[in-house]
Amino acid sequence: MTTWTTVLVGAALCYAAKLAGYLVPAELLERPRVARVSGMLPVALLSALVVVQMLGGPGGYALDARLVALGVAAVALRLRAPFIVVVALAAVTAAVLRQVSP
Amino acid sequence: MSGGPPADGPAVRRAVLRQAVSIGVASGAYGVSFGALAVAAGLDVWQACALSLLMFTGGSQFALVGVLGAGGTGVAAVATSTMLGLRNGLYALQLARLLRPRGPVRAAAAQLTIDESTAVTVAQEEPAVQRLGFWATGAAVFVLWNLATLTGALLGDALGDPRRYGLDAAAGAAFLALLWPRLRAVEARTVAAAAAAVAVVLLPHVPAGVPVLAAALVALVAGVRGGRR
Repeated sequence: MTTWTTVLVGAALCYAAKLAGYLVPAELLERPRVARVSGMLPVALLSALVVVQMLGGPGGYALDARLVALGVAAVALRLRAPFIVVVALAAVTAAVLRQVSP
Repeated sequence: MSGGPPADGPAVRRAVLRQAVSIGVASGAYGVSFGALAVAAGLDVWQACALSLLMFTGGSQFALVGVLGAGGTGVAAVATSTMLGLRNGLYALQLARLLRPRGPVRAAAAQLTIDESTAVTVAQEEPAVQRLGFWATGAAVFVLWNLATLTGALLGDALGDPRRYGLDAAAGAAFLALLWPRLRAVEARTVAAAAAAVAVVLLPHVPAGVPVLAAALVALVAGVRGGRR
């Protein structure tokens, strides 16, 4: 797929998912099995995305400043910091560590 | 009703509007990093902006450019972003009952159905304030998220490697922050741990994008098996 195809097909499918909630009869999406799987999907995907984004690198893993940033983010979340503060703290942590030891 | 102020009075309306604007500003700050990361992942400025205008759901957008940036295929990128976007359909189910949009209004409501607008809407008690919260938050985030994406994409071209600014870590922290409130139930924590384990094991051995797709199977298994109990 070209990048434009990826962008447009991805956007169309995400929009379709949003619209479906308004158009599809609620009973269909609320069948217990469908509801359980769709409730667990974001949990599994986000968890794997954290791993890939924070540990992934050329040829598999790369353990670097991101790992410390992840720890800082987890502590901030535990302390109930707002979303944007968590994200900013992680960015600043990684940026400073890379300045100190590139 | 208790003796407190009415749930749809002017003070409540002002509070909802303030909340909408502050959420919009916060997502704008985060949108700058999306724009910069998208450009670093190989998208051009127009493609980054098209994602924010048309896809308009941050988690899916970061996932899509993350998979492409790591060298994954377009199919893996689309599959990951779509599965992550399915939760918006569940929000829409809830919002359809609260907002009762009709006809073409539904098409616009659908596009603005995201984490932030849903959170503000369901926190209100009165239908009129729910509608105000939904449209104000959706509109504020839409405008600022798109302006921020454009800014980030243009800056990204000028600033170079986004890792210098920790933007790769910002994206990972955003995924963690979206995950965190979903971990209250034991079953969710088990699914999250299993999915992370699947990703860790597969990461060095399969093409980019595949570890996340494989982790989605954990949700499938957990959902189907949960029903047998």
